[in-house]
Amino acid sequence: MDTLNPKLFDKDVEQLPIRKGYGDGLLQAGKEDERIVALCADLTGSTMTSVFSKEFPKRFVQMGIGEQSMASVASGLAAMGKIPFLASYAMFSPGRNWEQIRTTICYNNSNVKIAGAHAGVSVGPDGGTHQAVEDIAITRVIPRMTVIVPCDAIEAKKATLAAAKMTGPVYIRLAREATPVITTEATPFAIGKAQLFFTPREKAQVGIIAVGALVYNAIIAAHELEAEGIYASVMNLGTVKPIDEEAVIALAQEIGALVTVEEHQVAGGVGSAVAEVLVRHQPTPIEFVGVHDVFGQSGEPNELIEHYGMGVSHIKDAVKKVIGRR
Amino acid sequence: MTTLHEEKIKLLEEKANLIRQSVIEMLIEAKSGHSAGPLGMADVFALFYFHILKHDPKNPAWSERDRLILSNGHICPVLYAAMAHAGYFPVEELNTLRKFGSRLQGHPHREWLPMVETSSGPLGSGLSQAVGMALADRMDNGKATQKFFYCFMGDGELDCGQVWEATMLAGKEKLHNIIGVIDRNNIQIDGFTEDIMPLEPLKEKFESFGWHVLEVDGHNFEALSDAIGQAQAVFEKPSMIIAHTIPGKGVEFMERRFEWHGIVPGQGPEDKVKKAEQGAVALNELRTLCGRIKSEHE
Repeated sequence: MDTLNPKLFDKDVEQLPIRKGYGDGLLQAGKEDERIVALCADLTGSTMTSVFSKEFPKRFVQMGIGEQSMASVASGLAAMGKIPFLASYAMFSPGRNWEQIRTTICYNNSNVKIAGAHAGVSVGPDGGTHQAVEDIAITRVIPRMTVIVPCDAIEAKKATLAAAKMTGPVYIRLAREATPVITTEATPFAIGKAQLFFTPREKAQVGIIAVGALVYNAIIAAHELEAEGIYASVMNLGTVKPIDEEAVIALAQEIGALVTVEEHQVAGGVGSAVAEVLVRHQPTPIEFVGVHDVFGQSGEPNELIEHYGMGVSHIKDAVKKVIGRR
Repeated sequence: MTTLHEEKIKLLEEKANLIRQSVIEMLIEAKSGHSAGPLGMADVFALFYFHILKHDPKNPAWSERDRLILSNGHICPVLYAAMAHAGYFPVEELNTLRKFGSRLQGHPHREWLPMVETSSGPLGSGLSQAVGMALADRMDNGKATQKFFYCFMGDGELDCGQVWEATMLAGKEKLHNIIGVIDRNNIQIDGFTEDIMPLEPLKEKFESFGWHVLEVDGHNFEALSDAIGQAQAVFEKPSMIIAHTIPGKGVEFMERRFEWHGIVPGQGPEDKVKKAEQGAVALNELRTLCGRIKSEHE
């Protein structure tokens, strides 16, 4: 907690889009390693790839609206020793180009990094066509793929830099809207390591495991519950694959009831990943906060988060519900 | 590219014939796989592995090698056979095709057989990878690069939209050291390409995307070699060689028949040769050059 944003519970907590961290991280990675190259499918501004492409125009490939080819071009670049970062909206990459990612990147064990921007219903007014709520499921199911869901812009920058340094395919999930800055430069980050972001003042009755911008909602929910005399801790999973089994099992063992929170389909997402670990090692009651087998629609981001049951009140309800199942 | 001497042409003919025999032997042993495409491309593969490619079979990871990307991975028996005869691995290993634990997977897997440039099977992705490789090479070496990036594609896979995404990008980037070779055999699994999804006018399609296009007889070593030489000399755009081939070439009862696309001897139509005899007849035809050589095989 010491290393988190001290203004986290303030009304005017600083807000930044998670995707900004990708742009900053990519630029820094590019300065540190000249093998880093970037590709984008006509979305350089909104994926923040432009930060890199302006600095290194010769190390940037403008694909046009060709996500399938982008995945395979990146594989070719990697075959020649480059470290390609490709970006589009998550709906199109890894959505449209899933097979190319599977075969030409993961099956080849290519050192390619994929950034999926504008994930989740919080894309807002663009509507359901553009709201990827399946991307975690379809990436984590591919052998060799590492899947990271940063909780804020600062963590996204660290994740991008860490992805550049590890060998192998990585998917980084990004979101469009400005969301609260939860962490600080000093918050530790490592791929595959989950961290406790909130510990209640008395022994926790429920553990909340969250990813992405909803980590903020989870912390606020736990904070409010504390005032009601209900105690929940919050874990930022960070990496969905490889999942931090040790930390997840320990949390379940210690507390005995969990809630998972994700801006994604409950089927195949973070809740599923957590459940897959626990049913084998530490069977534990879990409530799943996420999208329940429906498509998104147009609306304001917060309106949609509330409508699809991922708001603070929903997390609180899930905590109360799972306590009854202990 | 120097003009081919008569002796070299003779050598290439011999190699192509050996490759075809190996293809048939592999497929008989594997009991599944593709026959028509590999036989049709045997001459092109012989020319590349024994004349065109700058490569070193004893040092497959040599960084300055030309890259040959096989996009239509299902014709890999001809790739494996050409590589084995060129010295990449023992010819005997060809008999492990499609078997459990074999490096010669049913469709190429780069991890199992690192000397292939990429894994392929799902169609339409090879050209994009060749473009990515050529872009990386240009970033490092500029236009003075000495490497060529060859991408072999089937005509059927031109149905895939991704091919045209890659075609646009290569044209836009003027990647002169990309040379595509289309196996224009006019067949795909369900029938003739022009019935399934017409490709013509194919030459004009690629030209309109900014490519230099050559059409050539895919069984004529001199013509093929000349076309590649021309393509290598084109400096302002990528080149596509449309190689007209005969599917099943070299085995008379398979030639020109789409039924032989995805099956092996012993599984084919029986109007000319009975199933049980298809393997032996195919090998005999190749060993005797369709009966022109009366040898000890008869």
